[in-house]
Amino acid sequence: MTDRFAPPPSKGCSATPVLKERGQHEVFCGLTGIIWLHRKMQDAFFLVVGSRTCAHLLQSAAGVMIFAEPRFATAILEETDLAGLADAQVEIDRVVTELLERRPDIKQLFLVGSCPSEVIKLDLATAAERLSAQFAPSVRVLSYSGSGIETTFTQGEDACLAAMVPVLPKTDARELLLVGALPDVVEEQAVGLLEAMGIGPIRVLPAPGRDSEYGIGPNTVYALTQPFLTDTHEALQRRGARHLAAPFPFGEEGTTQWLWTIAREFGVSAEKFAEVTDAPRARARKAVSQASEALNGRSVFFFPDSQLEIPLARFLTRECGMQAVEVGAPFIHRAVMAPDMDLLAEGPVIAEGQDVDKQLDRCRAARPDLTVCGLGLANPLEAEGLTTKWAIELVFTPVHFYEQAGDLAGLFSRPVRRRDLLKLEAAE
Amino acid sequence: MKLTVWTYEGPPHVGAMRVATAMKGLHYVLHAPQGDTYADLLFTMIERRNHRPPVTYTTFQARDLGSDTAHLFKGACLEAYERFKPEAILVGASCTAELIQDDPGGMSETLGLPVPAIPLELPSYQRKENFGADEAFFQIVKALARPVEKTSHVTANLIGPTALGFRHRDDITELTALLSDMGIGVNVVAPYDATPRDIARLGAAHFNVLMYPETAETAARYLEREFGQPYTKTIPIGVGATRDFVSEIAKITGRNAALDEARLRMPWYSASVDSTYLTGKRVFLFGDGTHVAACARVARDEMGFEVVGMGCYNREQARLIRGLAKEFGVDPLITDDYLEVERRIEELAPEMILGTQMERHIGKRLGIPCAVISAPVHVQDFPARYSPQMGIEGANVIFDTWVHPLVMGLEEHLLTMFREDFEFHDDAGASHHGGKAKLREMGITEPETPAESVDMTTSGPVEIVWLPAAEKELKKIPFFVRGKAKRNTETYATERGVAEISVDTLYEAKAHYAR
Ligand code: SF4
Repeated sequence: MTDRFAPPPSKGCSATPVLKERGQHEVFCGLTGIIWLHRKMQDAFFLVVGSRTCAHLLQSAAGVMIFAEPRFATAILEETDLAGLADAQVEIDRVVTELLERRPDIKQLFLVGSCPSEVIKLDLATAAERLSAQFAPSVRVLSYSGSGIETTFTQGEDACLAAMVPVLPKTDARELLLVGALPDVVEEQAVGLLEAMGIGPIRVLPAPGRDSEYGIGPNTVYALTQPFLTDTHEALQRRGARHLAAPFPFGEEGTTQWLWTIAREFGVSAEKFAEVTDAPRARARKAVSQASEALNGRSVFFFPDSQLEIPLARFLTRECGMQAVEVGAPFIHRAVMAPDMDLLAEGPVIAEGQDVDKQLDRCRAARPDLTVCGLGLANPLEAEGLTTKWAIELVFTPVHFYEQAGDLAGLFSRPVRRRDLLKLEAAE
Repeated sequence: MKLTVWTYEGPPHVGAMRVATAMKGLHYVLHAPQGDTYADLLFTMIERRNHRPPVTYTTFQARDLGSDTAHLFKGACLEAYERFKPEAILVGASCTAELIQDDPGGMSETLGLPVPAIPLELPSYQRKENFGADEAFFQIVKALARPVEKTSHVTANLIGPTALGFRHRDDITELTALLSDMGIGVNVVAPYDATPRDIARLGAAHFNVLMYPETAETAARYLEREFGQPYTKTIPIGVGATRDFVSEIAKITGRNAALDEARLRMPWYSASVDSTYLTGKRVFLFGDGTHVAACARVARDEMGFEVVGMGCYNREQARLIRGLAKEFGVDPLITDDYLEVERRIEELAPEMILGTQMERHIGKRLGIPCAVISAPVHVQDFPARYSPQMGIEGANVIFDTWVHPLVMGLEEHLLTMFREDFEFHDDAGASHHGGKAKLREMGITEPETPAESVDMTTSGPVEIVWLPAAEKELKKIPFFVRGKAKRNTETYATERGVAEISVDTLYEAKAHYAR
């Protein structure tokens, strides 16, 4: 099924020695994931137990998407909680009880740990168990950590999904599980393609609500849709489910390989696969080639951010004609990343972790045509004459699968085209 | 624990960052976990700063805890000095580092840095952003300002403007020109664009202009004590306050009060006939204490609005706002709880809100126009054009900005006249606005509701019921006065113990409140 793609590189970057850095990191913490998770799970509430900083981070990451009373909030620790004057567990009970009284629509509540709650060793797991027993069956309470000392940006979603795996019932049914919180439109496309091949039943983690949950067991096979879901991957394996390793479904190639891996598992014939995918593949190829015109032959540098860097570098180098100079990722999980690393040709620096000032030095020296980085770095680099793409958009925008492949290329080409377009000098 | 959804102020170390980021030649080493670096985007994205905030975060992780976070901090300090060569370094902890008690201040002393290291103790679990800015600026001034000879000619320092401040950039320009018209030079502007070397010579000025008490009052008091520099108490926002400000400076300096009013257009704009429609517009003000107090005066005395409520989110200014509210005969609202502000606005049903970014969202939800008068603000409140709030041009800008969300005078009449017209209908909104938010009815049910009595009261112990005909009549009143009409009618009915509002009640109330 991969016949129409460039042959895989003779040597992928799997064996490239990784530049490991330990210095100042310029990335969000895992709390950020709440911004998209709460939209995806419509019956869930996320209660961060943290500080004013945590509340401010959520607000800043949510940007202008201000909802009057969103399904997330922060229980801000105060002096009395820290001095031991108030029993923190009693306080959590109080806050949760008040919250659930006001919001009867809430069916699952996540207690989300932060740096302060972890440093003072506030046991949220126990609190979740106690509250779950108290509010069962109408509300289920789970806990996970989104703290900056434990998690990096997208790892918050991973921690949340991993926390849900153990409470799903057991089943022996042979089912396909798609793992990752994708925008509905994208999720429906994937399910539609797989169903057209005769694959089913298909489940999705996270389920849109508690009432649509399902079981996990030894006959469950699962495919990850996001590269950062490594703890979830391990939690699913502990439940006996089997992983279908594939490149991630970005671009025509990634999507085809990802679908084909699943199709093979379910005994779909090559003819059937072609029948279902030929048309969307052709559309994706056309859209990518149009959108990537401005990218062809240009160089790209990735700062570590969303954990999507390696699969995206694979997409940009193999489908958009770019050259990767450096691909930084917050961390590299080999088992999950290997199929993409095999396709990404040797050459770019592969960096794990960060020392932001040193990395900025390397970036300035390389003067890439496009730098993919976080919001804190984008404008300062633009002011230095570099063209940037802020990475958070890649997590907030539908970019997976065939119909979004052109949009994905467009996200990268727009800043490049813009720089080509703007002419502010005098005409003379 | 306090349940919080949206916050007006960030944690105190963000306040310190506002000071550090405004300055040049200063570096802030912050003991903090990686996620706290989100604060950079406030400056690079919202304020569109073209440089990274001068902050090094130690970004310690769970595995460092207990072993060597102190070592990490020291390393970060030394590297930051080597790389950025600042004239002074601020050191401090964020909320998480405060709990691990590494004592950044103590550690920085042992490093033998060749420049002053200024420790900041900011209690993250008690105080907030404005306190952090005020305290950071005070500590910087205390550590660096030296006794120096006064300048030979009369000069002032402009103190208080920071990064992420509401129009601070342009207020500096405006006040510099205003002082220059009086023959007064500016010695130092701080913290905005000041270097540690500039801070050292603050004492050379004859007096201080305290632009924003939120961020520089402690420093102003200190400078008064240490260097005998009086500081101004008037905030020159609005025409009257600007004139008062000039007299205050005349008194301090013994110079003639001179204000160049050639460019002052606001009083005429406010007096011209198109502005008649502004008369008695009911406005609610919320923001930081300083801006709310100044704008309340402008709203009442210079725009002819009726101030129906006011409040502030920073407790440090609670006294000021309580006093002023009393003078205006309204209830003060001192809270940092967004939902409480929303409830109050819903209750008062003002015709316009003068608030912050938060109130802009409340207004959008309730269908009430809002103009922004105070931080916190968003990216659209850092305009490319010159638009101060202070001084003569500030008054002009305020007139334009506050009128903009409203429907214009003549247009208002047309809308009233043709209120049932298919184009000029209620929801058409002002013609100078493009796309518009769908206006939410102020608790009024849609007309499709079966013709039964609907309870539409927003408040009050007595159940007041709008009869269907009255409800229908109310819907004919243009949206921008409907909230007021509804409220007046209900108050009128409550006062008279009328439980059912009929069309007559509506018009009796209208006659009663007519002026
Ligand atoms: S890094 Fe820690 S303290 Fe900072 S916002 Fe994230 S969880 Fe809160």
